[in-house]
Amino acid sequence: MEGMLALAADNLLSPIILFFALGVLAAFARSDLSIPEAIAKGMSIYLLFAIGFKGGAAVADNGIDSTLILSLVAGLVLSFAIPMVAFALLRVMTGLSVVDAAAVAGHYGSISIVTFVAATSVVQGAGLDSEGYMVAVAAVMEAPAILSALWLIARFDKGAAQMDAGLMREILLNGSIVLLVGSFLIGVITGAEGLDLIAPFIVTPFQGVLCLFLLDMGLVAGRGLREARGVLKPGLFLFGVVMPVVGSAFGLLAGVLLGLSPGGVVLFMTLSASASYIAVPAAMRVALPEANPSIYLTLSLGVTFPFNLTLGIPLYLAVASFVTGG
Amino acid sequence: MQTHNAKRVAVIIEAVMQSRLTDAMENAGVTGYSILPVLAGGGRSGNWSREGQIGRGQGMVQVICIIAPDKLDDLLNKAFAVVEKHIGVISVSDCEVLRAERF
Repeated sequence: MEGMLALAADNLLSPIILFFALGVLAAFARSDLSIPEAIAKGMSIYLLFAIGFKGGAAVADNGIDSTLILSLVAGLVLSFAIPMVAFALLRVMTGLSVVDAAAVAGHYGSISIVTFVAATSVVQGAGLDSEGYMVAVAAVMEAPAILSALWLIARFDKGAAQMDAGLMREILLNGSIVLLVGSFLIGVITGAEGLDLIAPFIVTPFQGVLCLFLLDMGLVAGRGLREARGVLKPGLFLFGVVMPVVGSAFGLLAGVLLGLSPGGVVLFMTLSASASYIAVPAAMRVALPEANPSIYLTLSLGVTFPFNLTLGIPLYLAVASFVTGG
Repeated sequence: MQTHNAKRVAVIIEAVMQSRLTDAMENAGVTGYSILPVLAGGGRSGNWSREGQIGRGQGMVQVICIIAPDKLDDLLNKAFAVVEKHIGVISVSDCEVLRAERF
């Protein structure tokens, strides 16, 4: 237990988490610090490109095996199933309507790619190996939760959701997914030689760009929290902290059953614990305009995202190391 | 110079609904439109700003078109079907154009 706590404490003091905290504090202090929108977008493109390519190159190096396929299936199942658990918890812990609860639940079955990237960095910093194909698992877990949320609405609210023909195409072809999956496939095709060619661009500067990006995300999360005081009832806040821990338990179970490496288990836990704040909010605005966006955005971006970055990932790392003996 | 009466329709709508709105406008015979980013605003749903927005789920845009008066009703019906359940404002004003055949 002492070793677990020491590991968690070490990761709390990593540069990426400290820069995130700086952003949150600056937002709370109403500093005028801001990252220009175009630069923030450029950094997110860089991070998706780098993490996808490196994952693909790792798969090319290690080969494709049955665990990869089973991991993708497990990710798919978890993304469908976690919203059901989140919905039940929300109905018990909060007074949210069916529509709002389903919308929030959909966010928790999907994933936050920034949280995943941060977890990858922490796993590497801890000297743990992880399966490169976890990037593909992340991509697979992005969309199914949206279908679960719409099913929950149809089941409990007699069809308030509007699923139009363009929505699924938009979800599956959103820019983040295309870039992540595309970079991953290019990494698989070009392998270690391809990685060597562009390593000075995507390996060496990666941590620095991630720090700057997380500074911006800290500003965004801090502003969101500051402006959402009226939305965050105690039950909702509690859900935003409890749900990632519950989700991570599913990820832990899946990772251990699949026999993933300790780092892979941490990443699976992080994926299952994180909540979307880019793809799912956009889909929910189209499909569920009646749902209150300030609730799901505040919870996913203002509570669960900072929780995962500051306490969650170090906790998942410590638990996965303890369980797997890594 | 000779001018012709026309209608200017401006729709402020959530960014995620932009393509659905422009599809509806094209179905109503609109041949041209302009899209402007909305920087910030306030209304029944509270205040908001583009600053710190990280996804398409939160922003707003304004779509503006100028049309011949006889196309107005059809356009409003089709645009309202898109905006009805979403945050948005449709406004219509009179204007004059030089080249009526373009609208």
